[in-house]
Amino acid sequence: MAEIVLEGVTKRYPDGSLAVRDVNLDIADGEFVILVGPSGCGKSTTLNMIAGLEDITEGTLRIDGQVVNDLAPKERDIAMVFQSYALYPHMSVRENMGFPLRLAKVDKATVDRKVEEAARVLDLVEFLDRKPSNLSGGQRQRVAMGRAIVRDPKAFLMDEPLSNLDAKLRVQMRTQISRIQRRLGTTTVYVTHDQTEAMTLGDRVVVMRQGLVQQVGTPAELYDMPRNLFVAGFIGSPSMNFVQASLTPDTLHTPLGDLPLDDRMRRELERRDAPREVIVGLRPEAFEDASLARDTGGPAVTVTVDVLESLGSDAYVYFTAEGGPVSTAELDELATDSGLADTGAGGDQQIVARLDAATHAREGQPIELRVDLSKAHVFDPKNGANLTHPEN
Amino acid sequence: MAAVGRSHATRWGVVNVVVVLYALFPVWWIVALSFKAPSTLTDGSYIPTDWTWENYRGIFQTSEFTRALINSIGIALIATLIAVVLGTMAAYAVARLRFPGKQVLIGMSLLIAMFPPISLVSPLFNIERSIGIFDTWPGLIIPYMTFSLPLAIYTLSAFFREIPWDLEKAAKVDGATPAQAFRMVIVPLAAPGVFTTAILVFIFCWNDFLFAISLTSTESARTVPAAIAFFTGSSQFQQPTGSIAAAAVVITIPIIIFVLLFQRRIVAGLTSGAVKG
Repeated sequence: MAEIVLEGVTKRYPDGSLAVRDVNLDIADGEFVILVGPSGCGKSTTLNMIAGLEDITEGTLRIDGQVVNDLAPKERDIAMVFQSYALYPHMSVRENMGFPLRLAKVDKATVDRKVEEAARVLDLVEFLDRKPSNLSGGQRQRVAMGRAIVRDPKAFLMDEPLSNLDAKLRVQMRTQISRIQRRLGTTTVYVTHDQTEAMTLGDRVVVMRQGLVQQVGTPAELYDMPRNLFVAGFIGSPSMNFVQASLTPDTLHTPLGDLPLDDRMRRELERRDAPREVIVGLRPEAFEDASLARDTGGPAVTVTVDVLESLGSDAYVYFTAEGGPVSTAELDELATDSGLADTGAGGDQQIVARLDAATHAREGQPIELRVDLSKAHVFDPKNGANLTHPEN
Repeated sequence: MAAVGRSHATRWGVVNVVVVLYALFPVWWIVALSFKAPSTLTDGSYIPTDWTWENYRGIFQTSEFTRALINSIGIALIATLIAVVLGTMAAYAVARLRFPGKQVLIGMSLLIAMFPPISLVSPLFNIERSIGIFDTWPGLIIPYMTFSLPLAIYTLSAFFREIPWDLEKAAKVDGATPAQAFRMVIVPLAAPGVFTTAILVFIFCWNDFLFAISLTSTESARTVPAAIAFFTGSSQFQQPTGSIAAAAVVITIPIIIFVLLFQRRIVAGLTSGAVKG
C-alpha cells in the first residue's frame, strides 16, 4: 500500500510525438483513481509508465516516497491487470496465480495458502487446476484479478480490465472490483475509456485528452462542475446538450429561446469578461416538464417533441434546436470517438431532455419545458473553458 | 445424398491411393533392393525372391559406414542444437525488439539462404583448408548452421509474433527478469515452433550431400550421404548396389521416426500464422 505521485511526467516518443504531457497527480494511499479519455489520450501510456513498462521521458514518479523512474517493473512492487488478461496459457489457474509469488521465492506452503485464499475470494476454487483456455471470459478476468491480489502489492494498475466482457458481466465485475478494492484498501489506478465505469468506480477521476490532463476530481465534481467543454461532453450519459448562444448583459439568446441569467452566472461571466458568442451546456436533467413542475419560477421554452423514449423510470424527449450543430475541436473529437460522427446526424442540433415518466409529452406535439439555470454552463467557444466554473 | 457422398469418397480414395503409390514406389524399390541377394539384384523383380539381411550385415561390418553414421548423427545434432538456440534468440529479437539495422539483418539472413550452396563450395573449401578445419566436424557444423539459421529465424519469428506481447509485460510486472520472462513464459509457448524448426534443420543437415562431399576427405568427418558414394563392392567386379540400398534405408529410418513422432507439431508449426487460432 502506497501513495503514487506523478510530477511533470511526460512521454515523448523517439519520433518526437508527445503521448503524455506534464501530468501532475497525487494518488493517496488506498485511493481508487480512474484515468479516462478517448483512445489515444495517453491514459494507457501513463499507466504503463507507472508500471515501468515504458520509460518516463521527463518528470518524476514516486511510489511510497521513493523515486522509481529508473526501477524495473519487478522492483516497483505493483500488480497489473491487462485488458487481454495476459494469462499464461501453459499454466493452470493455480500456477498463474502463484507465478508472482514463485518468482519472489516464497515458500511453497505460503504460495498454496495465498492462492487458495484469493481463489475463495474470487470464487475460483473449483477452477484451480484448469488451463485458461477452458475458462469463460468472466472466469479469466477473475484469474487475472487473482494474480494481482495474491501478492499484496503496493498498488494495482488496471488497463481496461472489463472491456472484453459483455455488458451484463461488466456491470457485475465492476461492483466486484469495487468491493475487493475497498476490502483490501490497496491504491488502485484504473484506465478505461468508458465514462460510466469511471463515474461508478472512482474515488477520483482524471479526464485526459491528447496527452493532457483536463480535469481531476470526484465523479460529482466532474459531473456538476466540468472545467471545459471536453469534460462536459465526455462525462455523463446521455451527454450534455450544447447550443450556440449570444450573450447580452442579462440574457442568453439561444435557439431554444431566451434564457435570463441568474445571479451566479452573471457574476462569473462579468468577472471573466465573457465573449458575445458562447456555447451553453445543459444536462438532460436540467429540463423539466412545465406541467409537472413544482415551482413555477425560472425560464421556460416550448419545443416540438421529435422522439419520445419511455424507460419506465424516466422519459427521454428528443427535439432539435435550430441553428445547426455546435462544432468545436473538443466536441468533434468526442463525436468521432463515440462514433456519433458516423451516424450522419447532421443538420440541426439534437437536444435530449430527461423528464419525469409521468410527462404528457407526445411525439410531434409541442411541450413546454422549464429550464433549471443553476445546472447550466456557459463555455467559451474558442478555448472550451467553462466560463461559469468558480475556479477557472 | 448418401450415394453422392459415397461416390465422392470413392473418388477421393482412388486419388489418394494413386498419390501415395506414386510417392512411395521409389522407397519400396530401394527397400526391395536392400533385401536382395547379389545374385538376384538385377532380376528386375520388385519383390525380392529370396530375402536376405546380407547387405545390412555387410555395411555394419565395415567402419566405412558405422563411422559415417556416427559423424552424421553427431554433426546433425550439434548443428541443429546451435542453430535452434541462436535462431530462437535472433528470432525473438526480430519479432519483438525495435533496433537499428533490423531490416538489414533480416535482409542479410535472406541473402544467405538465397545463394545456391554450389556457388559457395569452392571458396568454403579454400577457407576451411587455410584455417585448418577442413575434414573436421566443425568444418561441416559451421556451414550447416549458417545455412539453416535463416530458416530457423524465419520459422521461429513467426511463432514469436503469435505470442501476445501482454504476456511478457505481465511477466515483468509479476516480478520476472527479462531472462526469466523469456525462459518461463515465452519459450514454453514457442515450444511447438522450436520443435518444428529443430526437425526441419535436422533434416537439412542430415540429408546434405554437397557440403559433405566437398568439405571432407577422410572418414574422420564424412557423413553417410557422402560415404555412400565411396562404397565399393567386395570385389572389383561387383557393384555395391545392395550396400548402397541398405545404407539408404538405414539413414531414412531416423527421419521417418522423427516425423511420425512430431507429425502433429510439424503440421501445427507449418500452418501457424495462416489462421488465427
